[in-house]
Amino acid sequence: MTCTEFLQQLDEMLDPAIAGPLRAELQEHLHCCEHCEIALNTTRKTIEIYRKHELYELPEDLQERLHVAILEKCRGCGK
Amino acid sequence: MAAFEKLVRQYERQVFRIAQHIVQNREDAEDVVQDAFLKSYEKLDQFQGNSKFYTWLVRIAVNEALMRLRKRRTGRMVSIDEDVETDEGSMPRDLADWSPDPEALYGQSEMADILRKTIQGLPPGFRVVFALRDVDGLSTEETAEALGLSIPAVKSRLLRARLQLRERLTRYFKRGARRQSKDGVK
Repeated sequence: MTCTEFLQQLDEMLDPAIAGPLRAELQEHLHCCEHCEIALNTTRKTIEIYRKHELYELPEDLQERLHVAILEKCRGCGK
Repeated sequence: MAAFEKLVRQYERQVFRIAQHIVQNREDAEDVVQDAFLKSYEKLDQFQGNSKFYTWLVRIAVNEALMRLRKRRTGRMVSIDEDVETDEGSMPRDLADWSPDPEALYGQSEMADILRKTIQGLPPGFRVVFALRDVDGLSTEETAEALGLSIPAVKSRLLRARLQLRERLTRYFKRGARRQSKDGVK
Protein backbone atom coordinates (compact mmCIF):
# COMPACT_ATOMS: atom_id res chain seq x y z
CA MET A 1 0.00 0.00 0.00
CA THR A 2 1.33 3.46 -0.89
CA CYS A 3 1.03 6.55 1.31
CA THR A 4 -1.48 8.08 -1.14
CA GLU A 5 -3.66 4.98 -0.90
CA PHE A 6 -3.38 5.04 2.87
CA LEU A 7 -4.43 8.69 3.07
CA GLN A 8 -7.39 8.07 0.80
CA GLN A 9 -8.59 5.53 3.34
CA LEU A 10 -7.69 7.60 6.39
CA ASP A 11 -11.33 7.82 7.47
CA GLU A 12 -11.41 4.06 7.89
CA MET A 13 -8.72 4.38 10.52
CA LEU A 14 -10.48 7.27 12.26
CA ASP A 15 -13.69 5.34 12.70
CA PRO A 16 -13.18 2.79 15.48
CA ALA A 17 -16.25 0.85 14.36
CA ILE A 18 -14.57 -0.21 11.13
CA ALA A 19 -12.74 -3.51 11.23
CA GLY A 20 -11.87 -6.21 8.77
CA PRO A 21 -9.28 -6.82 6.07
CA LEU A 22 -8.93 -3.18 4.97
CA ARG A 23 -8.13 -2.06 8.48
CA ALA A 24 -5.54 -4.78 8.84
CA GLU A 25 -3.92 -3.64 5.60
CA LEU A 26 -3.87 -0.05 6.80
CA GLN A 27 -2.35 -1.12 10.13
CA GLU A 28 0.35 -2.95 8.29
CA HIS A 29 1.25 0.18 6.33
CA LEU A 30 1.34 2.19 9.56
CA HIS A 31 3.89 -0.13 11.11
CA CYS A 32 6.45 0.78 8.49
CA CYS A 33 5.52 4.41 7.66
CA GLU A 34 6.23 7.08 10.21
CA HIS A 35 4.81 9.85 8.00
CA CYS A 36 1.40 8.23 7.74
CA GLU A 37 1.43 7.52 11.46
CA ILE A 38 1.99 11.23 12.12
CA ALA A 39 -0.70 12.17 9.60
CA LEU A 40 -3.15 9.83 11.32
CA ASN A 41 -2.32 10.96 14.86
CA THR A 42 -2.44 14.67 14.09
CA THR A 43 -5.67 14.32 12.11
CA ARG A 44 -7.19 12.43 15.02
CA LYS A 45 -6.01 15.18 17.36
CA THR A 46 -7.48 17.84 15.03
CA ILE A 47 -10.93 16.30 15.38
CA GLU A 48 -10.50 15.86 19.12
CA ILE A 49 -9.52 19.51 19.68
CA TYR A 50 -12.44 20.81 17.63
CA ARG A 51 -14.84 18.58 19.53
CA LYS A 52 -13.48 19.68 22.86
CA HIS A 53 -13.52 23.44 22.33
CA GLU A 54 -16.90 25.06 21.99
CA LEU A 55 -16.13 27.70 19.37
CA TYR A 56 -19.55 29.19 19.04
CA GLU A 57 -21.07 29.06 22.43
CA LEU A 58 -24.51 30.48 22.82
CA PRO A 59 -24.51 32.49 26.06
CA GLU A 60 -27.61 31.98 28.18
CA ASP A 61 -28.90 35.53 27.84
CA LEU A 62 -28.57 35.40 24.08
CA GLN A 63 -30.23 31.98 23.99
CA GLU A 64 -33.19 33.34 25.93
CA ARG A 65 -33.48 36.37 23.66
CA LEU A 66 -33.24 34.15 20.61
CA HIS A 67 -35.77 31.69 22.01
CA VAL A 68 -38.31 34.43 22.62
CA ALA A 69 -37.70 35.95 19.17
CA ILE A 70 -38.19 32.58 17.44
CA LEU A 71 -41.47 31.91 19.20
CA GLU A 72 -42.72 35.43 18.54
CA LYS A 73 -41.99 35.06 14.85
CA CYS A 74 -43.77 31.71 14.72
CA ARG A 75 -46.82 32.99 16.58
CA GLY A 76 -46.93 36.02 14.31
CA CYS A 77 -46.82 34.05 11.08
CA GLY A 78 -50.54 33.38 11.26
CA LYS A 79 -50.28 29.63 11.16
CA MET B 1 -47.21 25.32 19.77
CA ALA B 2 -46.05 23.83 23.06
CA ALA B 3 -44.63 20.80 21.24
CA PHE B 4 -42.82 23.04 18.76
CA GLU B 5 -41.43 25.16 21.58
CA LYS B 6 -39.90 21.99 22.99
CA LEU B 7 -38.17 21.35 19.66
CA VAL B 8 -36.87 24.92 19.61
CA ARG B 9 -35.44 24.48 23.09
CA GLN B 10 -33.91 21.16 22.14
CA TYR B 11 -32.15 22.28 18.98
CA GLU B 12 -31.59 26.07 19.06
CA ARG B 13 -28.07 25.75 20.45
CA GLN B 14 -26.96 23.24 17.80
CA VAL B 15 -28.57 25.15 14.93
CA PHE B 16 -26.89 28.33 16.12
CA ARG B 17 -23.51 26.59 16.11
CA ILE B 18 -23.98 25.23 12.59
CA ALA B 19 -25.13 28.65 11.35
CA GLN B 20 -22.07 30.27 12.92
CA HIS B 21 -19.83 27.75 11.22
CA ILE B 22 -21.20 28.82 7.86
CA VAL B 23 -21.77 32.57 8.20
CA GLN B 24 -18.95 33.22 10.68
CA ASN B 25 -20.79 36.10 12.23
CA ARG B 26 -22.99 36.18 15.32
CA GLU B 27 -25.68 38.59 14.11
CA ASP B 28 -26.19 36.70 10.86
CA ALA B 29 -26.23 33.41 12.75
CA GLU B 30 -29.00 34.73 15.02
CA ASP B 31 -31.07 35.70 11.97
CA VAL B 32 -30.43 32.32 10.37
CA VAL B 33 -31.63 30.47 13.48
CA GLN B 34 -34.80 32.56 13.68
CA ASP B 35 -35.59 32.16 10.00
CA ALA B 36 -34.82 28.43 10.01
CA PHE B 37 -37.20 27.76 12.90
CA LEU B 38 -39.86 29.99 11.36
CA LYS B 39 -39.62 28.17 8.02
CA SER B 40 -39.73 24.78 9.70
CA TYR B 41 -42.80 25.88 11.67
CA GLU B 42 -44.54 27.12 8.53
CA LYS B 43 -43.70 23.96 6.62
CA LEU B 44 -44.27 21.52 9.42
CA ASP B 45 -47.04 19.81 7.44
CA GLN B 46 -44.50 19.11 4.67
CA PHE B 47 -42.21 17.27 7.04
CA GLN B 48 -42.38 13.68 5.85
CA GLY B 49 -41.31 12.00 9.03
CA ASN B 50 -39.08 9.60 7.11
CA SER B 51 -36.04 11.53 8.28
CA LYS B 52 -35.25 12.91 11.68
CA PHE B 53 -36.74 16.32 12.42
CA TYR B 54 -33.26 17.57 13.28
CA THR B 55 -31.82 16.56 9.89
CA TRP B 56 -34.69 18.32 8.14
CA LEU B 57 -34.19 21.41 10.29
CA VAL B 58 -30.45 21.46 9.59
CA ARG B 59 -31.13 21.34 5.86
CA ILE B 60 -33.36 24.41 6.16
CA ALA B 61 -30.80 26.19 8.34
CA VAL B 62 -27.91 25.44 5.95
CA ASN B 63 -29.89 26.88 3.03
CA GLU B 64 -30.75 29.97 5.05
CA ALA B 65 -27.12 30.39 6.05
CA LEU B 66 -25.91 30.12 2.46
CA MET B 67 -28.48 32.69 1.39
CA ARG B 68 -27.24 34.99 4.12
CA LEU B 69 -23.66 34.60 2.90
CA ARG B 70 -24.82 35.42 -0.59
CA LYS B 71 -26.50 38.62 0.63
CA ARG B 72 -23.37 39.62 2.45
CA ARG B 73 -21.33 39.12 -0.68
CA THR B 74 -23.62 41.54 -2.55
CA GLY B 75 -25.63 39.00 -4.42
CA ARG B 76 -22.83 36.75 -5.56
CA MET B 77 -24.04 33.17 -5.66
CA VAL B 78 -22.84 31.03 -2.78
CA SER B 79 -23.40 27.32 -2.90
CA ILE B 80 -22.35 24.32 -0.94
CA ASP B 81 -20.13 23.42 -3.90
CA GLU B 82 -18.13 26.61 -3.84
CA ASP B 83 -14.35 26.24 -3.86
CA VAL B 84 -14.47 22.55 -3.12
CA GLU B 85 -12.44 21.61 -6.18
CA THR B 86 -9.20 22.30 -4.45
CA ASP B 87 -6.30 19.97 -4.00
CA GLU B 88 -5.07 21.77 -0.93
CA GLY B 89 -4.49 19.37 1.92
CA SER B 90 -5.27 16.31 -0.14
CA MET B 91 -1.65 15.24 0.35
CA PRO B 92 -0.22 16.32 3.70
CA ARG B 93 2.98 18.25 3.14
CA ASP B 94 3.99 19.30 6.59
CA LEU B 95 4.44 16.11 8.52
CA ALA B 96 5.87 17.51 11.71
CA ASP B 97 4.56 15.77 14.77
CA TRP B 98 2.64 17.88 17.26
CA SER B 99 5.09 17.92 20.06
CA PRO B 100 4.84 19.33 22.66
CA ASP B 101 1.08 18.78 22.97
CA PRO B 102 -0.51 21.93 21.47
CA GLU B 103 -3.03 22.04 24.29
CA ALA B 104 -0.16 22.64 26.67
CA LEU B 105 1.09 25.53 24.53
CA TYR B 106 -2.03 27.66 24.52
CA GLY B 107 -4.65 28.81 26.96
CA GLN B 108 -8.34 27.98 26.35
CA SER B 109 -9.25 31.23 24.64
CA GLU B 110 -6.05 31.43 22.60
CA MET B 111 -6.69 27.92 21.35
CA ALA B 112 -10.30 28.75 20.52
CA ASP B 113 -9.07 31.76 18.50
CA ILE B 114 -6.65 29.57 16.57
CA LEU B 115 -9.34 27.00 15.86
CA ARG B 116 -11.78 29.67 14.69
CA LYS B 117 -9.22 31.33 12.41
CA THR B 118 -8.21 27.98 10.98
CA ILE B 119 -11.71 26.78 10.17
CA GLN B 120 -12.67 30.18 8.73
CA GLY B 121 -10.09 29.62 5.99
CA LEU B 122 -11.94 26.59 4.66
CA PRO B 123 -14.58 26.88 1.90
CA PRO B 124 -18.14 26.84 3.39
CA GLY B 125 -18.84 23.45 1.79
CA PHE B 126 -15.98 21.91 3.77
CA ARG B 127 -16.67 23.80 6.99
CA VAL B 128 -20.23 22.63 7.18
CA VAL B 129 -19.42 18.98 6.47
CA PHE B 130 -16.74 19.01 9.17
CA ALA B 131 -19.06 20.78 11.62
CA LEU B 132 -21.92 18.34 11.07
CA ARG B 133 -19.87 15.13 11.05
CA ASP B 134 -17.06 15.79 13.47
CA VAL B 135 -18.40 18.46 15.80
CA ASP B 136 -22.13 17.78 15.81
CA GLY B 137 -21.74 14.03 15.48
CA LEU B 138 -24.19 13.41 12.63
CA SER B 139 -23.65 10.23 10.65
CA THR B 140 -22.41 10.33 7.05
CA GLU B 141 -25.93 9.47 5.86
CA GLU B 142 -27.57 12.20 7.96
CA THR B 143 -24.99 14.75 6.81
CA ALA B 144 -25.61 13.79 3.17
CA GLU B 145 -29.33 14.17 3.67
CA ALA B 146 -29.05 17.48 5.51
CA LEU B 147 -26.82 18.95 2.80
CA GLY B 148 -28.41 17.35 -0.22
CA LEU B 149 -25.11 15.70 -1.13
CA SER B 150 -24.24 12.14 -2.07
CA ILE B 151 -22.51 9.92 0.50
CA PRO B 152 -19.24 9.79 -1.52
CA ALA B 153 -19.29 13.61 -1.75
CA VAL B 154 -19.65 13.90 2.04
CA LYS B 155 -16.82 11.42 2.58
CA SER B 156 -14.52 13.17 0.16
CA ARG B 157 -15.22 16.62 1.60
CA LEU B 158 -14.81 15.40 5.13
CA LEU B 159 -11.43 13.88 4.37
CA ARG B 160 -10.21 17.02 2.66
CA ALA B 161 -11.60 19.27 5.42
CA ARG B 162 -9.84 17.20 8.07
CA LEU B 163 -6.55 17.21 6.17
CA GLN B 164 -6.68 20.92 5.44
CA LEU B 165 -7.42 21.73 9.06
CA ARG B 166 -4.61 19.46 10.16
CA GLU B 167 -2.19 21.12 7.77
CA ARG B 168 -3.15 24.64 8.84
CA LEU B 169 -3.05 23.80 12.53
CA THR B 170 0.39 22.26 12.10
CA ARG B 171 1.67 25.65 10.91
CA TYR B 172 0.24 27.39 13.98
CA PHE B 173 1.50 24.82 16.40
CA LYS B 174 4.99 24.83 14.95
CA ARG B 175 5.17 28.57 15.48
CA GLY B 176 3.89 28.14 19.03
CA ALA B 177 6.48 25.45 19.78
CA ARG B 178 9.28 27.65 18.37
CA ARG B 179 8.08 30.59 20.46
CA GLN B 180 8.01 28.44 23.57
CA SER B 181 11.49 27.04 23.03
CA LYS B 182 12.85 30.59 22.45
CA ASP B 183 11.21 31.75 25.67
CA GLY B 184 12.68 28.75 27.41
CA VAL B 185 16.18 29.70 26.29
CA LYS B 186 15.92 33.22 27.65
